[in-house]
Amino acid sequence: MPLTLSNVSKIFADSEHATLKHINLSIADGEFLCVVGKSGCGKSTLLNLIAGLEMPTEGEILLDGKPVTAPGADRVVMFQEHALYPWLNVMENVAFGMQLAGVPKKQREETALRYLELMQLSDYKDYYIHQLSGGMRQRVNLARSLTMDSRILLMDEPFSALDKQTSNRLRAELQDICMQTRRTVFFITHSVEEAVYLADRVVVLSAAKKGIAEIVPIELPRPRHVYDEAFIEYRRQILEEVQEDKG
Amino acid sequence: MKKNRMPRILQQLFFLAGIVALWQIVCLVGVDLLHVWKSYAMPSPAGVFSSFCRLLGDGSLLQATGNSLLRGVTGYAISILLGGLLGFLMNHFPFLHNNLRPLVMGIQTLPSVCWVPFSILWFGLTQQAILFVVVMGSAFSMAMAADNAIANVPPIYKKAALTMGATQKQIYWKVILPASLPELISGLKQGWSFAWRALMSGEVMTTCIGLGQTLITGRNLADINQVMLVMIVIVLVGILIDRLIFRALEKHVYKKRGLL
Ligand SMILES: Nc1ncnc2c1ncn2[C@@H]1O[C@H](COP(=O)(O)OP(=O)(O)OP(=O)(O)O)[C@@H](O)[C@H]1O
Ligand SMILES: [Mg+2]
Repeated sequence: MPLTLSNVSKIFADSEHATLKHINLSIADGEFLCVVGKSGCGKSTLLNLIAGLEMPTEGEILLDGKPVTAPGADRVVMFQEHALYPWLNVMENVAFGMQLAGVPKKQREETALRYLELMQLSDYKDYYIHQLSGGMRQRVNLARSLTMDSRILLMDEPFSALDKQTSNRLRAELQDICMQTRRTVFFITHSVEEAVYLADRVVVLSAAKKGIAEIVPIELPRPRHVYDEAFIEYRRQILEEVQEDKG
Repeated sequence: MKKNRMPRILQQLFFLAGIVALWQIVCLVGVDLLHVWKSYAMPSPAGVFSSFCRLLGDGSLLQATGNSLLRGVTGYAISILLGGLLGFLMNHFPFLHNNLRPLVMGIQTLPSVCWVPFSILWFGLTQQAILFVVVMGSAFSMAMAADNAIANVPPIYKKAALTMGATQKQIYWKVILPASLPELISGLKQGWSFAWRALMSGEVMTTCIGLGQTLITGRNLADINQVMLVMIVIVLVGILIDRLIFRALEKHVYKKRGLL
């Protein structure tokens, strides 16, 4: 188990109530874990705790047995939007993490180009961010996150700001990449369909319980299709669970 | 856009020529015809031009402008260093942010002449006294600009870099500095105009050769045309620096970010 959360709680300094209470969760190597739940139930908080951007009030988060105390390149986060650097071009953005790590220029550009090709963006490598569409930006963002070869990839609603068509295409691309490379991914979404499409297991976070309501393993072969009966059944089951939550 | 460029510059030149013509007419009518002003109290374009030729001929205008520019740039450079450092410190340490920042904010509003008495007492009528006034006149505004620029960097830029393994030093050099650059440049621009103005407050009090001194000489000789000439040169230098340095810098920085 690369990542384990034991008895993790979070109470923000300026709030009276706990945001998360007694979370126990582990993520296996190569697992794609999706978290769904009502807005404000604490999904992003959970991700920030794992990323080390926030510290738990109680409990412990272990990555390969070592406690998480600060953000680090072994837990790269892909944010919803606006996390690309407007002063760098596409290539420089994608290579940014490798540059921080001191990878030589030639080598990091090779790697960056490989991921840009994977995202069908190599023609745009010299573009600046403002010259790209929203969908292209998130593909650059995804490419940047993937180059880091991080132990676990944390994604906070990466496709939410996009239109349905673009986000569907991107999630299919993400599924392909994960099937090819077996990444360990912690993925937040408010779309149950997206969760069932991508996940090995779906964690339903409850605002009422301030914790995990249910964990649903999705036993469907990949690639998945949203119109399959089994898919629809999973979707219905999880949606009910989310809607029952009185936060 | 590009096509209209030449006509626009021509238009501006015509506008200026119009103003000069109007000025000359006002002089002719107001001084010679109606005697509203005494001739020593109203400069005329022709008079300013003859002053220009005289001061250019004996080399004093170029020398004064060069000296002032050098002094201004030196003081400005010191301000950038001190102001930048102060701004950075005010931003980095919450204690300074809470206690020093309001003070700097206040001091920043002081007109630069207010520093003249101090500078004379501490440095005498010297170059250093002028530099002191320039630095005091612009460093605090630069510090405020730097502090604001850093504070306005979207937190997500820092967060993203942190989760990619950035060290604190990398955060400052590779994220905060480039991210705050557009605002820093506005701050630098404003700082320069403060420095240039403060320079004149400083120069008029000493006997060091410079534009301020030339202006005061003009006053002492009751030569209003020379005074006017110096004022025009001061404005021209200001415009020139803005065009040659800050416009180019802004263009370079803004274009990448799609802010143009
Ligand atoms: N820095 C903070 N300080 C205080 N309270 C916070 C902070 N961050 C989040 N919260 C609170 O914690 C709760 C959970 O917020 P969080 O952002 O984790 O929700 P979320 O599930 O990601 O919601 P969404 O789906 O809308 O993104 C909210 O009630 C929010 O007000
Ligand atoms: Mg969220």
